[in-house]
Amino acid sequence: MPIGAVVTDDRTLGDTTTTVILADEAPESRPPQEPRSLVPRPSRSDVVFRSVAFSAGGVTVAIMLAVGLFLSIRAGSAIQVAGLDFLFEQKWSPETGEFGIAAVLFGTIMIAVIAICISVPLALGTSLLISEVMSGRLKQWSITLVDLMAAVPSVVFGLWGVFFLQEGIIPVSRWISTYFGWIPFFAVTDQEGTALTDASAFTSSAFIAGIVVGLMVVPTQTSIMREAFMQAPAGEREAAYALGSTRWGMIGAVVLPFGRGGIIGGTMLGLGRALGETIAVYMIISPIFAINWQVLKTGGNSVSALIALRYGEASEFALSALMAAGLVLFLITLVINFAASSIVARSRSGAESEA
Amino acid sequence: MSLTTYEPDLADEELEAATEIRTSIPVREGIEIGPRRRIRSARLDDRFALLGAAAGAMAIAILLFGWIAPLSGVVGFVVVAFLAFVAIYALLVNTTSDGREMVDRVMTLVLASAGVVLFSALLFVVTFTLLRGLPALMNLNFFFQDMEFAGPLDGLDVGGVAHAIVGTLIQIGIALAISIPLGIVTALFLNEIGGRFARFVRTIVDAMTALPSIVAGLFVYSAVILGIGAERSGFAAALAITVMMLPIIVRASDVVLRLVAGNLREASYALGASRWRTVWHVVLPTARSGLVTAIILGTARGIGETSPVLLTSGITSVMNTNPFHGPMTSLPLQVFDFVRSPEPNFIARGFGTAAVLMLLVLALFAVARVIGGRGPGDLSPRQRRAAQARSKGDLERYEERAAVRRLEATVEPQEEPK
Repeated sequence: MPIGAVVTDDRTLGDTTTTVILADEAPESRPPQEPRSLVPRPSRSDVVFRSVAFSAGGVTVAIMLAVGLFLSIRAGSAIQVAGLDFLFEQKWSPETGEFGIAAVLFGTIMIAVIAICISVPLALGTSLLISEVMSGRLKQWSITLVDLMAAVPSVVFGLWGVFFLQEGIIPVSRWISTYFGWIPFFAVTDQEGTALTDASAFTSSAFIAGIVVGLMVVPTQTSIMREAFMQAPAGEREAAYALGSTRWGMIGAVVLPFGRGGIIGGTMLGLGRALGETIAVYMIISPIFAINWQVLKTGGNSVSALIALRYGEASEFALSALMAAGLVLFLITLVINFAASSIVARSRSGAESEA
Repeated sequence: MSLTTYEPDLADEELEAATEIRTSIPVREGIEIGPRRRIRSARLDDRFALLGAAAGAMAIAILLFGWIAPLSGVVGFVVVAFLAFVAIYALLVNTTSDGREMVDRVMTLVLASAGVVLFSALLFVVTFTLLRGLPALMNLNFFFQDMEFAGPLDGLDVGGVAHAIVGTLIQIGIALAISIPLGIVTALFLNEIGGRFARFVRTIVDAMTALPSIVAGLFVYSAVILGIGAERSGFAAALAITVMMLPIIVRASDVVLRLVAGNLREASYALGASRWRTVWHVVLPTARSGLVTAIILGTARGIGETSPVLLTSGITSVMNTNPFHGPMTSLPLQVFDFVRSPEPNFIARGFGTAAVLMLLVLALFAVARVIGGRGPGDLSPRQRRAAQARSKGDLERYEERAAVRRLEATVEPQEEPK
């Protein structure tokens, strides 16, 4: 075939006629092309960007891992001495070798549970109110207000707890202990088992610390739950309404199932913060080193308050014991946060089905 | 040999048919549009039911507390009144509607009361602090003096928290200087580069978001002060705050960057931009407001933390502007220190310091709204004028060029136009 010749070939495929032009071009004018590589060759700025970003990620992870590493190293000597007893001993006197976190860990969990019992109903109700009932400018204002409240420093809540709630809550505590004293948690008794009604028996209790910490974590929880509820698909909401549902029926059938991940995740994130709260608990509670089942009775403790209380006067070994306590707290919050974020992440993928 | 295939247009006739029935806007003239219906509005009897239930509940509560039962206390009164209110309201609604609607109304009431309780409690906490702190805030020296020469019995006109304000600003400044670049670049790494390592980083950062502040303090105490042997200083406190803030900033920025629309990125790549150019000119400007919010969230958490500063820096009543030497107190720590004293003046100073701290956080939020309040592409009036001026300049340039080209074409007519 001569170079540059154009061959026209009419072929018939079914009822369509296809014209094929076969063009042969001069090899020297356009060399045969090899298949183009589809892998991009990064420019220099991209190489720099990639490596900088990669190292930033590495540094971030290194810092986070270093937290666990350093605590473990420092805690080593104390844990070697105490062994498994560290988890079951209530006393805290590292100088005599008798120390453990049973009491403080119990106190921490008790305060966190009280906080969650108070904060979750409030957060759930408020987030549903904001996402489902409110509309227009009021809604925007409420969202902003909740976000702003999430930024109120914990020491402010601590101040309120010490200077207002300590006295304000005594009648309520006394009333609960009088009428619900038959429930072991709510009884306030001395060692012989006689009921106490003295005002001083009700101050500085785990209950007060729990209320304060609960109020502190409510805005965070509300914010997370509201976000999850607002992602509930509009199509399904309208479908529920079209089937004759009331608003509450729609919330029960659409919003709550879709926001379940947000509810659980928000609750657990709040729990994580409540477990780690230091200064408000430290300001309110009067520290004791014994397991106190009576939540309304004065005295309690938490791991973080213990650390803040004792680090200043601690010898090297006592410091190691405090580090061990911090390590336990760290591991607990790590597990809770990890569970929370995985639950939230899993629920998010489902909620994006329809806008 | 290259092969090119032509296909004759089979759909010629169909196309012609299609052009005849084009999509068109329906004529709306002559259609009457009534007044817009209000979907959500309360009927008159709803309002009466609410009012009646409120009146009845008050009556019952007053009756119970005043005459019948030996009850007392403000909290008890409110609780009884609220329960009576809900019960009477449910009964009233039940007279006109079925059970399902009654449940709906009552639950709406419960939601609203949860909101009222929450907002009033939080606002009460804040206003309580502001009001108790007012006596201290009224003295201007509170903002400009430190506590070096203020004795325990001195009045509020001596001494202040300038050292704590300066300490807070220095510490948070150092913490931000580290955590903003590191946090945002890490978030970019998670989103723009990805891969298995990025997933690992994201998992770790997620798990660290609610790192207890005291643990961050302990970490820096053991790593920097015990490990390296550095003294307790403002810089150590800043490091502890950084450890706390970093996961919060990374996570919040990660969420924001994930929301940047993929087609914006693809458009940029399609125009031939490199990855870095795309990040710098498309991703970051689009996510700007969200990134500012992320930073502010982290800052607000970091600025209010007491325990890391307590562990790593310590309390002082003297102004210290050197972050590498000597204890440097911060506002929350100063609050904590003040209220440990039984002196009423010190307690008032504590509340005043807490008020200053809250005002600082509020100011941060205001700044964030000014910087990052606008969405992507949403310009301020000044920026809009600038963009218009640029656009006008472009137009003039095009016209000038076109004129030059016309001129060239007339001068050298033999040259073929490209």
